[in-house]
Amino acid sequence: MNTKQLFQTFAAPFLGILLFLAIWQVGAPKIVTSLGAVPGPVQVFEQFTGLIDEHQAARQKEVEFYQRQEERNAKAKAEDPAAETEMRKYTGKATFFDQIWTSIVTVMTGFVLAGFIAIPLGIVAGLSQTVYSAINPLIQLFKPVSPLAWLPIVTMIVSAVYVSDDPTFDKSFVNSALTVLLCCLWPTIINTTVGVANISKDLQNVSKVLRLSWWTHVRKIVLPSAIPMIFTGLRLSLGIAWMVLIAAEMLAQNPGLGKFVWDEFQNGSSNSLGRIMVAVIVIGLIGFALDRGMLFLQRHFSWDKSMALR
Amino acid sequence: MTNKNHPDHLLISQVSIDFPTPKGPYRALDKVNLRIEKGEFVSIIGHSGCGKSTVLNIVAGLYQATEGGVILDGREVNEPGPERAVVFQNHSLLPWLTAYENVELAVKQVFKGRKTKAEMKEWIEHNLTLVHMDHAMHKRPDEISGGMKQRVGIARALAMEPQVLLLDEPFGALDALTRAHLQDSMMEIQATLGNTVIMITHDVDEAVLLSDRIVMMSNGPAATVGEILQVNLPRPRNRVEMAEMPEYIRCRHAVLSFLYERHGRKEAATPKARVNASKTDEESEPARGNVVELKTLSAKAA
Repeated sequence: MNTKQLFQTFAAPFLGILLFLAIWQVGAPKIVTSLGAVPGPVQVFEQFTGLIDEHQAARQKEVEFYQRQEERNAKAKAEDPAAETEMRKYTGKATFFDQIWTSIVTVMTGFVLAGFIAIPLGIVAGLSQTVYSAINPLIQLFKPVSPLAWLPIVTMIVSAVYVSDDPTFDKSFVNSALTVLLCCLWPTIINTTVGVANISKDLQNVSKVLRLSWWTHVRKIVLPSAIPMIFTGLRLSLGIAWMVLIAAEMLAQNPGLGKFVWDEFQNGSSNSLGRIMVAVIVIGLIGFALDRGMLFLQRHFSWDKSMALR
Repeated sequence: MTNKNHPDHLLISQVSIDFPTPKGPYRALDKVNLRIEKGEFVSIIGHSGCGKSTVLNIVAGLYQATEGGVILDGREVNEPGPERAVVFQNHSLLPWLTAYENVELAVKQVFKGRKTKAEMKEWIEHNLTLVHMDHAMHKRPDEISGGMKQRVGIARALAMEPQVLLLDEPFGALDALTRAHLQDSMMEIQATLGNTVIMITHDVDEAVLLSDRIVMMSNGPAATVGEILQVNLPRPRNRVEMAEMPEYIRCRHAVLSFLYERHGRKEAATPKARVNASKTDEESEPARGNVVELKTLSAKAA
């Protein structure tokens, strides 16, 4: 690697970030809000360590809570072996890191479910002009709808349909996951359809001459050809899903990073702006990590390892 | 359509095909007739866009004739199938499979339940050896040269044990030296297996060298069989020795004179219709015919 490449690969991004932080640090204190001056990077980092401390403290409390229960129960048993004891669940406030985990689980659930629906549907639509004509108007109609418009409908339907005394999943989780699912469907269906419909004529002829069965045709020819487009759709979907989820959590007060941001905003303490900025950066980092994860999977599944992927 | 007493191995009977265009149907082929015997090597030659690939596609079952039909061993052809294996011009190997796996896909499909796993493996390797590809069996198409890809394509077709082998300009996209090598391989395989072969080509030397008969097609629209030339050259044929033989020179001259004197392509009378109607033909054939023809014409003028 020559000097120029070295500069472009390592020094340039570093300088860019440094410049951004410098402008932020200098500019932020000049804006004074009702919650105090806008925090600079240094203050935001302090809030971050504060959140870590809070998380550890909460974990400690949880451990102690269960310890106390166990001790109490053991004592009761010792006095009267027939005594009925029970373990209560710890119900402390979810910390920042709990919320991150909730958001990731929710987005992945909605995304994976959407993939199971959208990829087969896209393959069928790509292979059959009739199916394509049948579903295309619906896709075109629903694609431009902001998934947040779905949120009230999803919430109402889930409340009405998902009734159970001992629900496996929280209603809020089902709401968020379904909203994510709805917004993941369209880009995946469309890209899969395009990928499948554009399989080279030559390969289709090979399949015809060999009289491959429908299933073998899909497995051996359609899927490998369409993999790049399927992944393009999946990556688009996951990116949108992550953005939508945060908004949905804010709007519907479903647990997750969005709720954390909203709670801090309502809280209005002098720490709030800093904490929200921590959340913004974390949201960005997770979104980036999700995309890289998809890219990794695409490289793994794609037969053409020489293809430039970015 | 079954007729057990029919002596013909492959019969192309009164085949016509219309392609729909915005201006109404375009007749690409008109009443093409051809009888081919078992073990015969027949070339179809003609200018770009004359519909010679269309004839092959109809025999393959990839196109349906508008009128007439194709009968193979007493049965009418109406869909593609491995008994009429095609070697495509652009090799058409699945790029995500190795040479071995490409042939395996065909073998598994054709010999399902008839061969054991070990027999299949042996058969795949046998066919790859036949085309001299045993040294690169486990390479993917993007790791081997164009000539090698075409060899694998031929191995895949041979492995289906076809009744008729259809070659759609199999060597058209290769450089002259590689092409010569593959032509030699093809003759060698033909001598060993005695397949019935139909080959589409626009190369006069290739046609004379490989064929028992050369079918010369007139120009479209409504292209049809113009003349059929019997090539009475002894086999095995050697390209260097043959170049001197009077029969070789006679055949070569006969084809050239058909193509460039009697059926010289009238310069694009209806180019639009042609492009619309026989797109596959135009795409798969470089406009070599035109160039040669212009050269001949200018030579004549001088």
